[in-house]
Amino acid sequence: MATHSLQDMRQQAAIAAKVFIQRDYTNGTVCQFQTKFPSELETRIDKQQFEETVRTLNNLYAEAEKLGGSSYLEGCLACLTAYTIFLCMETHYEKVLKKIAKFIQEQNDKIYAPRGLLLTDPIERGLRVVSFRKQCDSH
Amino acid sequence: MLQLGVAEPMRECEYSQISTRSSTPMETPYKKRTPKKRKWQAFPGRNKFYCNGRIMMARQTGVFYLTLVLILITSGLFFTFDCPFLSVQLTPAIPVIGGVLFVFVLGTLFRTSFSDPGVLPRATPDEAADLERQIDVANGSSSGYRPPPRTKEVVINGQTVKLKYCFTCKIFRPPRASHCSLCDNCVERFDHHCPWVGNCVGKRNYRFFYMFILSLSFLTIFIFAFVITHVILRSHRQGFLNALKDTPASVLEVVVCFFSVWSIVGLSGFHTYLISSNQTTNEDIKGSWSSKRGKDNYNPYSHGNIFTNCCAALCGPLPPSLIDRRGFVQSDTPQPTPPTNGITMYGSTQSQSHMAAATPLMQSEPVILTDEASLPGRTLLGGPCSGALPLGGQPTPPTSTPNLSCDNGMLPTRNDHSEAHHHHHTDGVHHHFLTPEEAPSPPGMLPCGSPLGHSHTLQGFYNPASQDSLHEDSVRGLVKLSSV
Repeated sequence: MATHSLQDMRQQAAIAAKVFIQRDYTNGTVCQFQTKFPSELETRIDKQQFEETVRTLNNLYAEAEKLGGSSYLEGCLACLTAYTIFLCMETHYEKVLKKIAKFIQEQNDKIYAPRGLLLTDPIERGLRVVSFRKQCDSH
Repeated sequence: MLQLGVAEPMRECEYSQISTRSSTPMETPYKKRTPKKRKWQAFPGRNKFYCNGRIMMARQTGVFYLTLVLILITSGLFFTFDCPFLSVQLTPAIPVIGGVLFVFVLGTLFRTSFSDPGVLPRATPDEAADLERQIDVANGSSSGYRPPPRTKEVVINGQTVKLKYCFTCKIFRPPRASHCSLCDNCVERFDHHCPWVGNCVGKRNYRFFYMFILSLSFLTIFIFAFVITHVILRSHRQGFLNALKDTPASVLEVVVCFFSVWSIVGLSGFHTYLISSNQTTNEDIKGSWSSKRGKDNYNPYSHGNIFTNCCAALCGPLPPSLIDRRGFVQSDTPQPTPPTNGITMYGSTQSQSHMAAATPLMQSEPVILTDEASLPGRTLLGGPCSGALPLGGQPTPPTSTPNLSCDNGMLPTRNDHSEAHHHHHTDGVHHHFLTPEEAPSPPGMLPCGSPLGHSHTLQGFYNPASQDSLHEDSVRGLVKLSSV
């Protein structure tokens, strides 16, 4: 263990700077994130706010992957045009992803940046995690 | 012969990973301006990229070219030799319909082969470290011996599903995802790795794959039927042998189509069944949701009725690619760990701190890896049929244990399971699933008659004592050696 201590320290430093919210698979393969409030953020933001953010994100992703009349229509139209239609038009999913990016930007500006946190868009992490990065080393 | 070629491409790939990206660690007096790299150039999986990252394929693409050549030649011969006669004698609609089918087949083939199947990007070092920390906390930190296999259980729609930890990608795999050892990537909703299209078939390209085999079935049947019609019509006038002399191409077409029809139509039927029950090939072969496992075993992902399952699979929303191949590599953002084999371990991470975070995770691995990396058969089996095997078949590597964690490391024999499996497609193609115990003995000649047969590469033989993908490769290497 002694040989790892320096690396451990660096690891600890690296970890403490970021908090990861993992995916929640209880509804299957749909993209949802866990709403459990991580203990590392207790001092920075309140639980309510956090849950609200994650829940909105979950709803947006659910909207992106929703099976319904409009998505079927889009799928059939795409198939008929041999998917060339996507050269001009974006998929429904991509449109929602843009909405999500905007939402995250908003949340960062209004809520998280003032408290020294930065929320990263999960799409940059392959939709695996939502990560909060601690900006200033206040403690 | 193919075997000799393997070691070099593998090494080329490894060397290219280290080449430009490991920056000089010390501060240089002047800043060197390195051109910005695109993410596909630093991609850790074993994929090939073309057109500046727009096209993504597996490493071994020989069989894909074979597929393409067969389709082009057969269709070409049909349009050149049979269509003129048929359009005059019967109707000009024949070449038109044939043309439409042909274009559709090629379109879906290219779409399947060139698109991202749903690759999950590897965890960044920070994420990996965070997960490791959580696992250590959960298990109680272990020192010395390798920690127990990492699995998480989750209840989905009433069924308990085990999520496995991928040692290569350093993530807990989402349900239905699997790691393809040929491409060295975790793929979402992994169906199988198809050498015939030169790519994995996963969430993002499954519908194209299905359209491809469906349209190819129609095309094959179409060509077969009309070539026979052509020959028959000619024979009425000239007699059979003279007819054949006039259209020798027809013989070739009939032969190709005859053998293709069995396997392709069978495969289409099999995948139609899979789509309607919302299962992947992987799950079906493992029998994950079969009622034979237990009365309460059912598929938690199924939407309940066939129609919804089909619509969801074929017309549902198309998720975007998660790997952003054409984006630029940001030198300050953490990059995922490079392919973890003993040789390239220390290359291509961007900064010292990330390296420091990454290396403890890989410390325990190199001892085993360097032994296995020397086996020549590493990347071969997904690729084109070697000289030793008849066309179309490959000894598929040991399959994963159905649903078990890696604790016991035992594999049940799969032969009886697969042969008895009635959903498994057709007479023309047989698959042998070799257990690692059987693997060293020569597989013999596989009775794969059809040139367009199908092979499934199943993943995930998890031996906690070694890295999964490399272990599988080493076993494959054994099989390869024995078959030569």
